[in-house]
Amino acid sequence: MASVDSIAVRDPAEPCHRAGPGFMALLRVELLLALRRRADIANPLLFFVTVLALLPLGVGPEPELLARMAPGMIWVMALLATLLSQESLFRSDFEDGSLEQLTLSPQPLYFAVLAKVTVHWLVTGLPLALLSPLLAMMLNLPAAGYPSLLLSLLLGTACLSLIGAVGAALTVSLRRAGLLLALIVMPLYVPVLIFGTGAVQAALDGYAYSVQLAVLAALLAAAAALAPLAAAGAIRISLDS
Amino acid sequence: MPVKANSPACLQVRDLSCERDGRRLFAGLSFELNSGGALQVEGANGTGKTTLLRTLIGSAGDAEGNIYWNGAALPAALPQLRESLLYIGHQAGIRRGLTPLENLVWYGAGEEDALRALEQVDLFGFEGSLCQHLSAGQNRRVALARLYLSNTPPLWILDEPLAALDVAGVSSLQGQMACHLSRGGCILFTSHQPVALAQLQRVNLSDYAVAADAFMEEGAYGLG
Repeated sequence: MASVDSIAVRDPAEPCHRAGPGFMALLRVELLLALRRRADIANPLLFFVTVLALLPLGVGPEPELLARMAPGMIWVMALLATLLSQESLFRSDFEDGSLEQLTLSPQPLYFAVLAKVTVHWLVTGLPLALLSPLLAMMLNLPAAGYPSLLLSLLLGTACLSLIGAVGAALTVSLRRAGLLLALIVMPLYVPVLIFGTGAVQAALDGYAYSVQLAVLAALLAAAAALAPLAAAGAIRISLDS
Repeated sequence: MPVKANSPACLQVRDLSCERDGRRLFAGLSFELNSGGALQVEGANGTGKTTLLRTLIGSAGDAEGNIYWNGAALPAALPQLRESLLYIGHQAGIRRGLTPLENLVWYGAGEEDALRALEQVDLFGFEGSLCQHLSAGQNRRVALARLYLSNTPPLWILDEPLAALDVAGVSSLQGQMACHLSRGGCILFTSHQPVALAQLQRVNLSDYAVAADAFMEEGAYGLG
């Protein structure tokens, strides 16, 4: 058997730079790329704000009706806005071959996916959550619901980004994946939606909403551990076909 | 298959056959790529050149036969192979939203090293512009600049490295490949063009092609 270093004519003191980019380096590059594509950041936010601004025109301006609909509508729109932005999560990396290069890196693909999802959340989920009190005010949501809305959206959109990454990875090699992605991901979004709106409703009714937030946090923890693994596997399948 | 210690073989392929979309592309392919050696994979379009390369790096699944890296069989030895691998595929892995310099740094290069490599591929002055504003040939050069970094991994697997390069670029790349071979590396690449390298083996995948009805008769052949 030839030893592994049988080809090592080069100086062994020089380290081969094959460690691959570390998590922080991946995060930095993804953030840089995201900030250079400002339109991609603005689109889901514009969608979110526009639809919610149109809502009173559609259902009528009665304050009580709007207040009753507000938690559900804000949550559903946040969910759709996340879904809209998710399709392009791996697309450009798949097309230019850097996704394949990432799979060849000695670093586990898990961290590359986690870095991409983290940045996706930073540029979509986080701004959506921060904007939500403003929109809640526009829809006449009682002030008691604001903290729960903000907190549940912060936790929930992170879940949505992670879950959506699995769907995005599965459909990355398809040309028009939009509807298929929605079909794959929507059922998995349901628990997040239920507990998210549940938290706001509980707060409005004057109850403690820490249980719903705890469930959302648990969902987030599970998704953070499992979704990048599933997405990494799905990426390998997509690259093989 | 064990390798004799006095003939250190990097990459050995024994009786390999590859499929794509249920169609067998070639069968009975065997070759050996030793340190300091280069292998040019030729063949008409669709004979499976890219599939072969992607099989060797473990990205494509449907293959039969044995591949050994330093005497250890794949897929168990895949992590070791990938650690010593520099692969440039058909899609070159250059992010269009980054500058050439950022791209090279992303691949683990030091900044000075990257600047020097970019200068060698004639991209001096372009290191700060986004790759989406560069031409196809220039983007190809950014990818190839990875080969000019100091301290590259020993095994280079390149898919059509000469495509979209001008005459000066081709001769510069050949020089860099020869330099890599002289340092004990090995190169496996596909190309339709003739390449002037001293220790060049060639394999034409058309010779191993399988007729759709009669691949059972195809035996295993060495390179000769």
